[in-house]
Amino acid sequence: MFYREAGQFKSTYSADMAVFPIWQDRVGIAVILALAFIGVPLIGNDFFISSVMIPFLVFSLAAIGLNILTGYTGLISLGTAAFMGVGAYAAYKLTTFFPGINVIVLVLVSGLFSAAIGVLFGLPSLRIKGFYLAVATLAAQFFLQWAFVRVPWLFNYNASGAIEVPQRTLFGLPITGASASPETRYFVCLVLVVGLTWFASNLVHGKLGRSWMAVRDMDIAAELMGIKLLNAKLTAFAVSSFYAGVAGAMMIFFWYGGGEAADVFNIRLSFNILFMVIIGGLGSLIGSFFGAAFIASLPTILKFGLPALGVPLSGAAAEHVTFMLVGALIITFLIVEPHGLARLWQIGKQKLRTWPFPY
Amino acid sequence: MKTTKLMKGAALGSLLAASAQVAPALAQDSVYFANNAYRTGPFSGSGIPIGDGMRDYITMINERDGGVNGVKVVYEECETGYDTKKSIECYEQAKSKNTILYSPWSTGATLAAIPRAHIDKIPILSMAYGLSASADGTNFPWVFIPPFTYWDGASLMVKHMAAELGGMDKLKGKKLGLIHLDAPFGKEPIPVLENLAKKYGFELKIYPVAAADMQNQGSLWLSIRRDRPDYLYNQGWGAMNPTAVKEAIKNNFPINKLVGVWWAGGDDDARAGGPEAKGYKSLNLNAAGTNFPVIQDIQKYVVEKGKSLAAKEKVGENLYNRGVYNSMLVVEAMRNAQKLTGKKVINAEDMRRGLESLNITEARLKEIGMEGFATPTTISCTDHSGHSKAYVAEWDGTKWTKPGDWLEPLKDEVRPLIEANAKDYVEKATGWPKRTEPCEKSS
Repeated sequence: MFYREAGQFKSTYSADMAVFPIWQDRVGIAVILALAFIGVPLIGNDFFISSVMIPFLVFSLAAIGLNILTGYTGLISLGTAAFMGVGAYAAYKLTTFFPGINVIVLVLVSGLFSAAIGVLFGLPSLRIKGFYLAVATLAAQFFLQWAFVRVPWLFNYNASGAIEVPQRTLFGLPITGASASPETRYFVCLVLVVGLTWFASNLVHGKLGRSWMAVRDMDIAAELMGIKLLNAKLTAFAVSSFYAGVAGAMMIFFWYGGGEAADVFNIRLSFNILFMVIIGGLGSLIGSFFGAAFIASLPTILKFGLPALGVPLSGAAAEHVTFMLVGALIITFLIVEPHGLARLWQIGKQKLRTWPFPY
Repeated sequence: MKTTKLMKGAALGSLLAASAQVAPALAQDSVYFANNAYRTGPFSGSGIPIGDGMRDYITMINERDGGVNGVKVVYEECETGYDTKKSIECYEQAKSKNTILYSPWSTGATLAAIPRAHIDKIPILSMAYGLSASADGTNFPWVFIPPFTYWDGASLMVKHMAAELGGMDKLKGKKLGLIHLDAPFGKEPIPVLENLAKKYGFELKIYPVAAADMQNQGSLWLSIRRDRPDYLYNQGWGAMNPTAVKEAIKNNFPINKLVGVWWAGGDDDARAGGPEAKGYKSLNLNAAGTNFPVIQDIQKYVVEKGKSLAAKEKVGENLYNRGVYNSMLVVEAMRNAQKLTGKKVINAEDMRRGLESLNITEARLKEIGMEGFATPTTISCTDHSGHSKAYVAEWDGTKWTKPGDWLEPLKDEVRPLIEANAKDYVEKATGWPKRTEPCEKSS
């Protein structure tokens, strides 16, 4: 009824290969984009935009990055936060070296530095997989976080050891620094995330993405088919770290606006992003968004939403309840739907397709 | 099945809607004050007594006097778990509820809030923590850091060392170790200590402790045993402090040569060392104990009526009293702002003026029942810290004592460094707003 595809015929190859072949999906995407670009800035207040929406976008991008590596290529990494940190520090150094270049360009370029470091730490993946690789990427986490604290050049020898994000403008409008309004910062993040998601979608639907998935499903078979494992694995590390790096730079420049960066990119963040990927759905772009909303935004919404609704929860109690609730929900989701929220979404769509006469 | 799904959806939807509009609904004769707190996480050991002290003093003012000149203070805690991400949320929340003051309670949170506060025009009170350079009021009109900064603290440590050795000239050839939390908070004293080490010819050894290793300082203490520093300065917080005290005892480091920054002076920090912790020292800005009219009033109006979150025997402990001192600064600044503006219900802008001309005299301390509890503090337009006095407290096995006199920091050393660093900060942060706020005369 709501989701009937009867009558939608594909008469060209390009229509057949479209990312959204069904009319309803295309409408859905348009509605979501309209909501994101027009609805949220119109309806949401500053608190909602800067404490719920911007973190959601940042974590979505980071989750997409890890999903490319873990979900699409089957390589586990526990160093995502460290790669995000590389992006943040690279963007900071770049903007002090080249204050004239637009900060959005620099944020994207800083992803390249992160990609290079990612490839370096991805080299062991050629020999080891699974838990062993996870432990090897932990080395990246520890080493890089150590470097952020101990190399004063990275934070321009600030006495406090923290990054202080300078003000940068776009068309005369401040987009970083404290005078940038939440709406502006949100728009910049949204454009970056939408653009990079579109790019990732093209990548995973193309030749590169297929070789990643072949490696994930069975690396020996992929090699026999002529896929070069070296290329596939290292490009996965590079692209994944690029996304993580851009997310990290976005995090410091458009969300935190400075502060103790070294401590932000800790192992807990790495784990959180891994949870986002697992809860959201391995090997699914939309799952990355679901996962980010679930792990990053739900606690904030619960903590500030419940008291606003009149539920008398105070301070520490709210924090404990949040921990318990999110923990319980994670377990429930993994039992009910181990393939993540993305799979639930798919099932929902399937049900709508046959509603009201399921077979 | 379907109805439960619907209900879940509706609940989530309303939650979203609610968090999208957290408009404050305040009565006419009250002001809203948001305070960051951490009753969870690895720093809760220090965060809980501080939070209790802050909360109880405000409750006492509301209960005993019916508020500040009749204006009730609506006090709300925002739980951060000492996490910068959550602190930023709390800042946004406080801003959306029109708080008159932001109280970050973490150096990381202060650093993240400083640029925002100058745009949002919300005064920050970082009492003896935060960015030392923000004591320069010309460049940081919205940040207040009374009664002194970490740089004053570092200079006090050197002064204490010199006093025990018998003079500044005796510092030559000595070794001072700094154990610090490897975060902005812990690194703050380094520039001053480096300067003083150069000037007086002592050697500075630095021992950083990562936040993850706070309770596992074994390898660090191996280096300390190797280097044999004459004195150790502990810039620690939370779970790090009791571990440092225990390790010092375990490694036979003379406990009376271990001096904590004021945040390492929790009763529980020292108690962890058992009877052997007798002689452990900590810099201090407030007196410990219940022997003050202000604490007795809190006991009478708050604790005995069951309105406190603190256990009875914890009231009057060192960090609890620190929280009381912080709330006292808030209340006195409010009073001052009311006097300046003639308004009863003040806003953030008025609060800034109140803080900037805050002058807590000996007589005023006596009036509010804090004689001997702390020293007078004066904040001025250019000097947002006051660089007041501190003393070296000593643990006698059961409680903190005050064996010596109040000491003045080496202001001549600290002040130029503060001004230079503030200038540097403002230059690096392009677009930093120039101070337009007129100066207030001290009252």
